[in-house]
Amino acid sequence: MKIVREALAGTLESSDLMVRIAPRDDELEIVLQSEVIQQFGAQIEAVVRDTLAKLGIFAGLIVIEDKGALDCVVRARLQTAVQRGVDAWTADWSALS
Amino acid sequence: MNASITARFAAAEIAGLQGFSGVTASAPYLGSRQEKYGRKVANSLEDAIRASGLKSGMTISFHHGFREGDKTINLVVGRLAEMGFRDLTLAPSSLLACNFPLIEHIKSGVIRRIYTSGMRGKLADAISHGLMEEPIHIHSHGGRVHLMDRGELAVDVAFLGVSTADEFGNANAVSGRSRCGSLGYAMVDASRAKTVVLLAEELVPYPNMPASIRQDQVDLIVKVSEIGDPAKISIGAARMTSNPRELLIAKLAADVMEHAGYFEDGFSMQTGTGGSATATARYLEQKMRKKGIKAGFALGGITGSIVELHRKGLVGRILDTQSFDAVAADSLATSPEHWEISTNFYANLTSKAAAVDRVDMVILSALEIDLDFNVNVITGSNGVMLGASGGHSDTAAGANLAIVVGPLIRSRIPTVVKRCTTIVTPGETIGAVVTDHGIAVNPNRPEVAARLTAAGLPVIPIDDLYAQAVSLTGEPRPVEFLDKVVGVIRYRDGSVIDVVRQAAG
Repeated sequence: MKIVREALAGTLESSDLMVRIAPRDDELEIVLQSEVIQQFGAQIEAVVRDTLAKLGIFAGLIVIEDKGALDCVVRARLQTAVQRGVDAWTADWSALS
Repeated sequence: MNASITARFAAAEIAGLQGFSGVTASAPYLGSRQEKYGRKVANSLEDAIRASGLKSGMTISFHHGFREGDKTINLVVGRLAEMGFRDLTLAPSSLLACNFPLIEHIKSGVIRRIYTSGMRGKLADAISHGLMEEPIHIHSHGGRVHLMDRGELAVDVAFLGVSTADEFGNANAVSGRSRCGSLGYAMVDASRAKTVVLLAEELVPYPNMPASIRQDQVDLIVKVSEIGDPAKISIGAARMTSNPRELLIAKLAADVMEHAGYFEDGFSMQTGTGGSATATARYLEQKMRKKGIKAGFALGGITGSIVELHRKGLVGRILDTQSFDAVAADSLATSPEHWEISTNFYANLTSKAAAVDRVDMVILSALEIDLDFNVNVITGSNGVMLGASGGHSDTAAGANLAIVVGPLIRSRIPTVVKRCTTIVTPGETIGAVVTDHGIAVNPNRPEVAARLTAAGLPVIPIDDLYAQAVSLTGEPRPVEFLDKVVGVIRYRDGSVIDVVRQAAG
């Protein structure tokens, strides 16, 4: 799949995160801000990369503002943002979990 | 002069004793009525400071009864800075986020050392990141009195904000406009500081009663426009909750109180001020009614929820060292069985008797609790100081059962951890920890574990709580610190139980 428009998912409430995505031609750029970046920054980035790979997203600008969300929440918000930013959703939900 | 009296002494010639030389010789103020009544009242804060004998390098103290609404500490330290004082030791009973203007006074050398129960906000952040040359000392409420009594913390001048005082210095904070209720902290300073200066919002006719601070303790009185904003007392640590998770924890905590073995007529308790801790009192009511029992007394920082139980006749007496909201302050003013106590009476282990030793059950909060039940209430998960020691270690040591309550995780941060970032309260004094994912009982309290299990409560090993937390959050990477010690955690007996190093991030 390809991100074709800017899209948004999530909130800035505690335990949630805000995901903003935008089209990019050939590169994947991840910008991560997190309240728990010292303790969990690496793990959050790994979850983001893994989720995007499973969705078949290899290009785009991904901006994440995390307020201490658990991994399952990070995945869900990211999937939703992608769903809103692509023209044709081709990912298999059952393969994502 | 009465010549015949002088002559008599001369005739007796008692060696080493001074002869009588007139009624006003040692009490010149008796010479005029204006002097006799008004000699302690200063015209301005500057006059009071000058008259107090304060010099650079000395120790000053304050009480924090107004918490986030305090207007005394910043005012006085600001004035001291203008007057050119330097290298002072600041020894308030605690500091809060509202005290951030102190940062400038630390940078400029007005404040050199700090003793406090805790810190919050920008000030705590700056000190955690190495603002001060000397580490701050964090003490408990009882430990503060202990440090004073053993001489380490010798207060030269105490500046104590009171809502009303008379011109002799009888003062309280249950009358007048800005009332914080109990002056439990200030009572200690009033009886121990070399010089006591009252900052009074209102001067009232003599005698001002009840006198939380008494005329025979006070050196100077100065009228100020405002000592604090009572509406801001309950901001921060003390709050009510409607959060369903905190209510769940509160309900479980009340279940633990019911079944741990101390829920008998005349029992005693302290419920603290965290969200879950405050709500626990609500759930206790139905349990007390069901069993037909009442609490003998409630102790400590007093909230509206304890006052409500008191008004309903379910808590006989309240011993109040700090009123955490307007309801508590009003109750202290009006209820004949709501008593104001000093922190020496409350929690000092070298007091001739401390009330914490009479408490059956105490509900305590925690930022972190580790697998040995040690508790951190000072540093956040990023290593920055943001809390207060308070009465935590005092009540845990004194009470028959100390119950720590808190959510298993806060956003992504586990509350149950392998090892606390900072130890404030030693685990051997903690009986049980109650979370939204179950209850862990300290292995040193097998009888409590047996009773709770028999009552059908979800008791699990603390290792399992930890495993559950980490399965949700992932294993946190340890926080990094620099070498410099920025905080020394003093246990209630003055010993050093831990240090806080400079935060790296």
